[in-house]
Amino acid sequence: MTDANEAMLVCMRGIWKQFGPVIANQGVDFDLKPGEIHALLGENGAGKSTLMRILYGLYRADAGSIAVGGAEVAIHSPRDAIALGIGMVTQHFALVPPLSVAENIILGQERGLRLDLRTAEGKVASAAKRFGLSVDPRARVRDLSVGQRQRVEILKVLHRNARVLILDEPTAVLTPQEIEQLFETLLRLKTEGVSVVFISHKLHEVMRITDRVTVMRAGKVVGTTATHQMSPSELARMMVGQTIVGVSKPPRTGQGSVVLKLEDVWANDDKGVPILKGVSLEVNTGEILGIAGVAGNGQTALSEVLEGTRPSTRGRMWVCGKDITNASPDQVMQAGVGRVPEDRHESVIDEMTVAENMAIEHIDEFSRFGLLRHAQIRQHAERLIAEYQIKARPNDRVRTLSGGNMQKVILARVLERNPRAIVVSQPTRGLDISATEYVHGKLLEQRQKGAAVLLISEDLDEILKLADRVAVIYNGKIISVMPAEEANPERLGLLMAGVH
Amino acid sequence: MGLKLERQAAPVWVQPLLPVLAIVLTFGLTSVFVLLAGANPLRAYYHFLLEPLSSRVSLLEMLVKATPLLLTGIAVAFAFRGGFWNIGAEGQFLAGATAATAIGMSMHGMPALVAVPLMALGGFVAGMAWAFVPAVMKVELHADEVVTTLLLNTVALLCVSALLNGPWRDPISQWPQSPEIASTAILPKLVPRSRLHLGFLFAVFVVLVVGFILTQTTLGLRMRAVGLEPKAARFAGVRVERTLLVTALVSGGVAGFAGMVEVAGIHYRLIEAISGGHGYTGILVATLGNLSPLGVVLSALFVGLIDIGSQTVSRALGVPVYLGDVIQATLLLVTLAVLLLQNYRLSWRRGGAL
Repeated sequence: MTDANEAMLVCMRGIWKQFGPVIANQGVDFDLKPGEIHALLGENGAGKSTLMRILYGLYRADAGSIAVGGAEVAIHSPRDAIALGIGMVTQHFALVPPLSVAENIILGQERGLRLDLRTAEGKVASAAKRFGLSVDPRARVRDLSVGQRQRVEILKVLHRNARVLILDEPTAVLTPQEIEQLFETLLRLKTEGVSVVFISHKLHEVMRITDRVTVMRAGKVVGTTATHQMSPSELARMMVGQTIVGVSKPPRTGQGSVVLKLEDVWANDDKGVPILKGVSLEVNTGEILGIAGVAGNGQTALSEVLEGTRPSTRGRMWVCGKDITNASPDQVMQAGVGRVPEDRHESVIDEMTVAENMAIEHIDEFSRFGLLRHAQIRQHAERLIAEYQIKARPNDRVRTLSGGNMQKVILARVLERNPRAIVVSQPTRGLDISATEYVHGKLLEQRQKGAAVLLISEDLDEILKLADRVAVIYNGKIISVMPAEEANPERLGLLMAGVH
Repeated sequence: MGLKLERQAAPVWVQPLLPVLAIVLTFGLTSVFVLLAGANPLRAYYHFLLEPLSSRVSLLEMLVKATPLLLTGIAVAFAFRGGFWNIGAEGQFLAGATAATAIGMSMHGMPALVAVPLMALGGFVAGMAWAFVPAVMKVELHADEVVTTLLLNTVALLCVSALLNGPWRDPISQWPQSPEIASTAILPKLVPRSRLHLGFLFAVFVVLVVGFILTQTTLGLRMRAVGLEPKAARFAGVRVERTLLVTALVSGGVAGFAGMVEVAGIHYRLIEAISGGHGYTGILVATLGNLSPLGVVLSALFVGLIDIGSQTVSRALGVPVYLGDVIQATLLLVTLAVLLLQNYRLSWRRGGAL
């Protein structure tokens, strides 16, 4: 081991981790100095959380080594990590709501038979004061706000004498004021010699608080540098990568007319909290409008509202002048909208056959007097299977198909109707390169045929490759729409992070 | 180190073997009770399973026992396939039996061609009505139908009891049983000197119709889609609520029809024990038959066989008749466990975390 490595508190080398067909970490190296705040920056699915879950013992790496304080270690469980002075606050807190703050903090740490709660409360109170984590040790956790609960989680880690504190997207659940408090705490921890790993995809936070930054993309480390040497746009470019040109986009044929129109559309999530907050959009014939954004900013609700599976609470929507506000799925289809949703398993029925799934959206056309015409359903499936090169037989159950073939079944079902508008959401998520290229080719083909395509994707490369115009969604609102020529990763990356 | 359950579906060829496995396991488990009753398990199972098949009388009696189970079994299977967890076939059966009795009692002087169809219709509609309430509560209020249908079973039984101890009490014997239905409303015998009646053919016909609906109609396709994946079905344009309602009504109707068949084919009057749990046994039959019409036929016959067998074994070896009930109950539990476990794989894991 070299001198440079000995100065490091944590040294991860060549970490590999695979989940089924997905490689989450491909030979990742990561170093952490004592007393630094180190950002782990990357898009969703870049592998940041996986890497830190390996360090904390929640996952086990398939290959690679970890050294803490210069000595190689094997971390099999969080218990091992805690013994090494590593603590993590995940996005889902592990607190017991009916217990008090102090009880939660000493839980699992109590020694002997007698529980000396008074002393514990005193220790918690003094630690809370020292790190600026204002929280009453006697308060019940169930009465605390999300921000306060996060402080309890941090105190729990510190109580176990952690030298390393890992925070997974800590600001996602906080108000701006709470974020300020958190940052103050982190700076104090730094002066006490605690190292902090700050997992985030928010550029401005990374710029403000961290000393060094490691950028990850698609399971690999793009680079590690001192934060002050980078500009936000440089980091954004590192994070989202360069546009890779595969299928090429032919020029648009003339200016189209409006096909799909949304005006001030609002919708609530399942808990009744507004998730879409006044979306207005227009998509024209022969155009692909890309919706870029970080996951969880309302994309899912937007596609569901258009698919007819989620009611809107305000606003109106039209397809070719026909009002489809709060229309049912079959009315939306009748109006000429083709739908390729985000979750493939919510649009096909896994236990039914390919042929049944291909026919079910328009089952009345495959029946007479309520009786199914099996021969016609089968021929229809055979035709689509040949036309879309699907590796399946009509009577195969859909669950036996690969992700790519499943997506082709959905695409075939939608595209053969020549829809006037197509709503596609994350169309290539989890697909390999050839299947991705195929899907992109088909979407461009529809655009050439004059369809209006609304493409919702978290994959910026995909949006930059396909879209004629790009809109950015942030916090349930479209905060910017620009022609594709003016869009680039830096600009979009900043907008996606909420920086205007 | 330790045993670990992993989620992994069993291969397709295993599926038809599962009921057989369940039956074998059940006999293994219940042999303990046979031994406790002081009999040799192998001899007991001979009397249970093989002896009834060797005589004409008990063979026909097996079909008699299977008749209501075919109907309640297919009613439950139909509901379960469509995602409506109907535990209320018992109540729907009683509602159907009551309505059929009411009609049958007023059919004196009417020809059979009028009386029987009217009773059948009455039984079906009453069963539908009994299923309608929980179905609407599920669709409109998201009330769990497992609870509501189950609770309505008791309500139905109490209503029957009230009728029999009140207005319908037999004026001659003063027993809590209704007067007899009209003679023309009685289902004719299929085989002389046996109890096998026309209702058996009705039951087979209903099973065929339900099988046809499930596989050959748009309603069947929509129902199956709703049962398998309601979200995807809704996405594909299926009106999920309406489909659930139709599923529940048909299921309740068939269970109610079963009640009519028992009144018109066996008892000719309403008695409190008219069902004796046929609705609940229907759940066993449907589950054991893997919710398929053919499976329901096989399992209804099998459960009918156990019913008869428990009598022959008790005659031959002097063990209690209730052994049959124990076997049926064990069979249900084992079947449910086997159906659940087919989605998992047991594995032995060495070392490491977790």
